[in-house]
Amino acid sequence: MPYFDHAATTSMVPEVQKLFVEHLTQAANPSSIHNSGRKARAIVEVAREQIGRALKTHPSHIYFTAGGTEADNLAVKGLYWSRQKDKARPRILVSAIEHHAVLDPAHWLEKTSGAIVELIPVNQKGVIDLDELTKLIAKNETDVALIAVMWANNEVGSVQPIEEIVKLANAHQIPLHVDAVQAIGSLEIDLSRINLDSLAISGHKIGAPHATGLLVLRNGFKVDPVLHGGNQEPEVRSGTINTAGAAALGLAVELAVAKQAQHAARLQALRDKLIKEISSLVPDCVVNGDLENRLPGNTHFSFFGASGDSILMLLDQQGIEVSTGSACSAGVAQPSHVLMAMGVDLFHAISSVRITLGTSTTETEVNQLITKLPQAVATARLAGLNVGKKEAVKE
Amino acid sequence: MKVLAALSGGVDSAVAAARMVDQGHDVTAVHLALARNHAGQTGSRGCCTPLDAKDAKRVADVLGIPFYIWDFSERFQEDVIDDFIAEYAAGHTPNPCVRCNEKIKFAAVLEKGIALGFDKIATGHHAQIKLIDGKPQLFRSVDHEKDQSYVLSVLTSEQLASSLFPLGDITKAEVRTEAQARGLLVADKPESYDICFIPDNDTAGWLNKQIIASAGQIIDAESGATITTHQGAHQFTVGQRRGLNLDKSAPDRQARYVVGVDTKTATVLVGPERLLSIKTVSAYQPKWTSGKMAVVGSDVTIQMRAHGAQLPAKITRADDVIEVLLNESTRGVAPGQTLAIYDQDRVIGSGTITATGR
Repeated sequence: MPYFDHAATTSMVPEVQKLFVEHLTQAANPSSIHNSGRKARAIVEVAREQIGRALKTHPSHIYFTAGGTEADNLAVKGLYWSRQKDKARPRILVSAIEHHAVLDPAHWLEKTSGAIVELIPVNQKGVIDLDELTKLIAKNETDVALIAVMWANNEVGSVQPIEEIVKLANAHQIPLHVDAVQAIGSLEIDLSRINLDSLAISGHKIGAPHATGLLVLRNGFKVDPVLHGGNQEPEVRSGTINTAGAAALGLAVELAVAKQAQHAARLQALRDKLIKEISSLVPDCVVNGDLENRLPGNTHFSFFGASGDSILMLLDQQGIEVSTGSACSAGVAQPSHVLMAMGVDLFHAISSVRITLGTSTTETEVNQLITKLPQAVATARLAGLNVGKKEAVKE
Repeated sequence: MKVLAALSGGVDSAVAAARMVDQGHDVTAVHLALARNHAGQTGSRGCCTPLDAKDAKRVADVLGIPFYIWDFSERFQEDVIDDFIAEYAAGHTPNPCVRCNEKIKFAAVLEKGIALGFDKIATGHHAQIKLIDGKPQLFRSVDHEKDQSYVLSVLTSEQLASSLFPLGDITKAEVRTEAQARGLLVADKPESYDICFIPDNDTAGWLNKQIIASAGQIIDAESGATITTHQGAHQFTVGQRRGLNLDKSAPDRQARYVVGVDTKTATVLVGPERLLSIKTVSAYQPKWTSGKMAVVGSDVTIQMRAHGAQLPAKITRADDVIEVLLNESTRGVAPGQTLAIYDQDRVIGSGTITATGR
């Protein structure tokens, strides 16, 4: 079945699945002192070292979490809290197009802990404005708790100028958290070259099991824990370490990084074909995001006059799976905050469809989509948009 | 047949969808997201909350049919909520469920469904559609207690032709038994009686926040004397007895009722029960559900409230205005409510009540 929602999740890599299942059968807690415990601990540490090698950072910088959302929460809340110890630093500078796993903890801190969230604006392509970030820092660099900018956007695929952002943050000694959930495996991540402080990765986007993830934390920045208890990841996170999950994540990260260039080139060729064909076959459509600096597997169209949810349903009926936005806002569709931040209007936002390619995507599947999508758009246009008669107001 | 089953998250629509699947139709479920702001709304209300969306999705899973959420919140805001506020502000008493059926479920949703390739929409309403001389006709449910033909009496015959009410031939009790037998967890979910977009069921309090009211006078309809003042005429409904807060009791010590509301002058008229007595009703915006206009001079029964009494009457006018003469006087009918006209159990049509007369 043609599945074009790899940015939401992708299937497990067979070798990773095999390793994961093998480790699931062993009863062992990596914190136990006996033989089984030591063996489990060794599995976890081997995985940590494997990830350190792949990302080119010291293994001691790597903390296992139960997914990307937890890693983002730990970074945003943890850095914010730890940065209040010696001095009040209320400001959190966060890009306007962050995933909710970053935005929501920041806004939660605003509600509960006196934080001031300032959104870094993006341009029409969904790329953050470095001048604006510079200005925001310059307002008072000493009261910024942290900066958070994602490596690449999960909806429109725009890749952010991470190197420049790192330089800015480093120059002002402000910790920078980067959500790399979409970037890992698709873009080159070399932490020996890019001196960022905090980085979140989710396992299930690269073929590891769901509820696995990690936070990279370095350059002396500390986080206050979100989860308290057995202190299994010392001073950072409590909770029995998921041995099988860590092993699976270790292998998945190693494979994703090793195959990144080849994987990206293959997806990019398929993606470019898809964009070219659909743009010529379907009238009145645009590609959202940055055509140059873009995730290799991401396509994001707006088909004017058609509702994204109608297109999704019509394709789903034919066994072709796409998304109308990020899966988290699926359900009751709200206009995407990412598209709104890019300055598009409501009609543009609700007519959008995200098509994301992944490891299992074949050219045959892409051709099937190219064949079916134009008719789905035409039918969806007949059904119109579910908006009111009054002029749509930007939210 | 490709059927679009509207799943509210309640037991009725669940069993209705299940029956469509049993009949061999190609069924797709949609849950309508109608109220955009759920602030203050916790838990399930039988429709329109995130929890209800979850229940609806689980029903679709159990039935093995695809499930989608369609966001009609903006249309609902304009056509139902804004209309509700405007009607109250004008001193009328609207029925938002009637408006939702007329403008959303059997209009916007149905049109979208048809455009996307569906043949009919199926809902869990308790009413029946029977073909008479090849034309679909709307009838009351076999369960007269639960009958919802009144809130469907605004449908045109074209809308009726594209609709299915699979529950019309069973009672509510049978619906619950059937849901239980099918293993649907919504089998014992409580009924939804209240207005879905008013969070805490406090309609008066909610309206006070929406309507900028001007204070006015409460006047004795018979003597013309001012009795007291009020904070907004929209808070009063014709026939209302409670909550009038009249300082002085009536000279004859009889209970007093609201007998008239004029929001233009912010005047509320009160009087004894007999002033509520009416014998004629006028309505506008007629909808002929049966496909044929009512015949002037014909004997009909009318209903003016959901689950209200069925009253014998005679049609005295039927063009762009409907007028009926009741066989016997009745009391307390507020403008804005729907006048539904029946030939025994069959719906002929309806209109929105504009005036009543003694």
